[in-house]
Amino acid sequence: MSTYYLNYLEELESEAIFILREVWAQFQNPVILFSGGKDSILVTHLAKKAFHPAKIPFALMHVDTGHNFPEAIQFRDDIVEKLGVKLIVGSVQKSIDTGRVAEERGKNATRNALQITTLLDTIEEHKIDCAIGGGRRDEEKARAKERFFSHRDEFGQWDPKNQRPELWNLLNGKYFEGEHFRAFPISNWTEMDVWNYLAKENIEIPSLYLAHEREVVKRNGSWIPNSDHLILEPREEILTKRIRFRTLGDITITGGIESDADTMEKIVEEVSTMRETERGNRSDDKRSETAMEDRKKDGYF
Amino acid sequence: MKIDKNQLLRFTTAGSVDDGKSTLIGRLLYDSKSIFEDQLAAVGNSSKQKGIEGVDLAMFTDGLKDEREQGITIDVAYRYFTTPKRKFIIADTPGHIQYTRNMVTGASTANAAVVLIDARHGVIEQTKRHTFIASLLNIPHIIVCINKMDLMDYSEDTFNSIVEQFEEFSSKLLIKDVRYIPISALNGDNVVNRSENMSWFQGSPMLHELETLHISSDINKIDARFPVQTVLRPQRKGFEDYRGYAGRIASGIYRIGDEIAVLPSGFTSKINSINAGEKEVEEAFAPMSVAMTLEDDIDISRGDMIVKVNNQPELSQEFDVMLCWLNNSPVKPRTKYSIMHTSNEQKAVIKDIVYKMDVNTFKRNEADKDLKMNDIARVKLKTSHRLMLDSYRDNRITGSIILVDESTKETVAAGMIV
Repeated sequence: MSTYYLNYLEELESEAIFILREVWAQFQNPVILFSGGKDSILVTHLAKKAFHPAKIPFALMHVDTGHNFPEAIQFRDDIVEKLGVKLIVGSVQKSIDTGRVAEERGKNATRNALQITTLLDTIEEHKIDCAIGGGRRDEEKARAKERFFSHRDEFGQWDPKNQRPELWNLLNGKYFEGEHFRAFPISNWTEMDVWNYLAKENIEIPSLYLAHEREVVKRNGSWIPNSDHLILEPREEILTKRIRFRTLGDITITGGIESDADTMEKIVEEVSTMRETERGNRSDDKRSETAMEDRKKDGYF
Repeated sequence: MKIDKNQLLRFTTAGSVDDGKSTLIGRLLYDSKSIFEDQLAAVGNSSKQKGIEGVDLAMFTDGLKDEREQGITIDVAYRYFTTPKRKFIIADTPGHIQYTRNMVTGASTANAAVVLIDARHGVIEQTKRHTFIASLLNIPHIIVCINKMDLMDYSEDTFNSIVEQFEEFSSKLLIKDVRYIPISALNGDNVVNRSENMSWFQGSPMLHELETLHISSDINKIDARFPVQTVLRPQRKGFEDYRGYAGRIASGIYRIGDEIAVLPSGFTSKINSINAGEKEVEEAFAPMSVAMTLEDDIDISRGDMIVKVNNQPELSQEFDVMLCWLNNSPVKPRTKYSIMHTSNEQKAVIKDIVYKMDVNTFKRNEADKDLKMNDIARVKLKTSHRLMLDSYRDNRITGSIILVDESTKETVAAGMIV
């Protein structure tokens, strides 16, 4: 006797596929924002299911800060080749070189906020009318207010107090020339849901998420990976630790955690006992209480 | 954790700052261990700054800058927690009258509504408004939490008299399932753990109710409705002739070989295959996202609906809806709005406002023909083409519509087909 209800992962999957198909049906030139992180990998995997047996009808778009984990870039290129989709790269370095933005200065300088300009420029240049992101409402309090279809004005800005109401499964993706949308098909997933699903579906992810011996430096309470972009402060020293990353962002600001989780099953196990949010190791979010809200209003992911 | 059978339950909480809604949500998250230590530390710091001893549970639900400054909720905020039995999504909405639109939004997808009553005040206007909206939006289950029992010495008489008040006014509404629970969100009585202060209460704590509500029948499995979102044509080797109709099943069950009709054209055929992602399946049911192929080559596109030959919705261009106005600018007479109904989009005009509903007294006003933000009214709509209609009572997906103003592109109204 079969049962006629879905479990919650199946329901989340079905909801995400519905939204991806709705994006395809309502927009002219949508892309998936692809960072090489687990959330964008998940969205891409769901897009594959949504359009099977047809190819994914979206290009992948990567906003490249120039401060990448090399493995994440390799992973990106492999997946683009495997899926046979187009890759669009927006380069923060180019934005700096052409004077669109200026590099931050000071000890905690990052290229995180600079991505906003590059992102919006690339959206404009390629006439993209919907950028699909892997943002989740459980990540952060400003994200908790996001819609599935989130309107951006002609300056790329988000107005959280004037959002379109979203009822049932009726999504309004109408816009004026020059405006665009962000779509968030995995809005309702939590970090735990993502890991459970990645493990269940056996989805390949960059090995950065798995525990390995890595060279790191302790900074602001997090383990920051050694890289060409790391400038050591006095009294900082490079250590070798068994580390894995819960999120992948700019290599200069993404902290790892000490862990022995070197398989998907162990990660699921570890995440279920975690007592800190995954963004707790991202210094971009620690800057102020409203760091994410402020960046999102300006057009951030 | 075992997730094979764990379902997703969406519930809405409506209420104001004063009746302890934020404290209740904070308590649920805290006692179900869904709060992370860095969040706890952040809230602890803010509580200290505000001069509050210990942790202010209400602060876990604080959102945007303006909301924190004013101590209010402006918009719908979504919260998540998981227990070993279920995953929960809370649509946390403000309860004040000017936020009726947010309450309607949060209620539209909910399996359950949590209605909060302050034990000191009993049933007030706001309680009636919340309950009315829950009934209008056809939320299958209502849990009435009578809060702040600690301030009433955990009195059974207080509880009973509020239950009586609620039964009295709600008998006028269409509600299927109501439960009453006496709680203290502040102290945690009957929220996650059973209260030792109210041994007279025989029912279960709130979380236990949420974990065990029967929700698999909330979705209509009788009337098969499949709105086509998009057509898949792979144009690659091995799939040259493949034409898959992709969509999310709104209701009912489909099997290979079923005799179907395509609406509005009325052409009939049989289901040839059903795909759920890469997997071919024999049968599929709501709310699965699938792609179907048919035995015959029929012209089908987005906005069409595939149904069973022997169970079809009504095809009509004129019908009544209960409309909730969502936009700052009031209704404009004779304006052609875009109407979105499942994956179908047409033009619509409001022919007549039959009556406006007073959400506090449930009285109908037939004289007032003005429709402003947060108003709820029964209206007559006429559309440019026929729509495939079910009543909202029977089907929340094929019975709902939104109106979009093309001059602003904004969603201005939400409607439930009568």
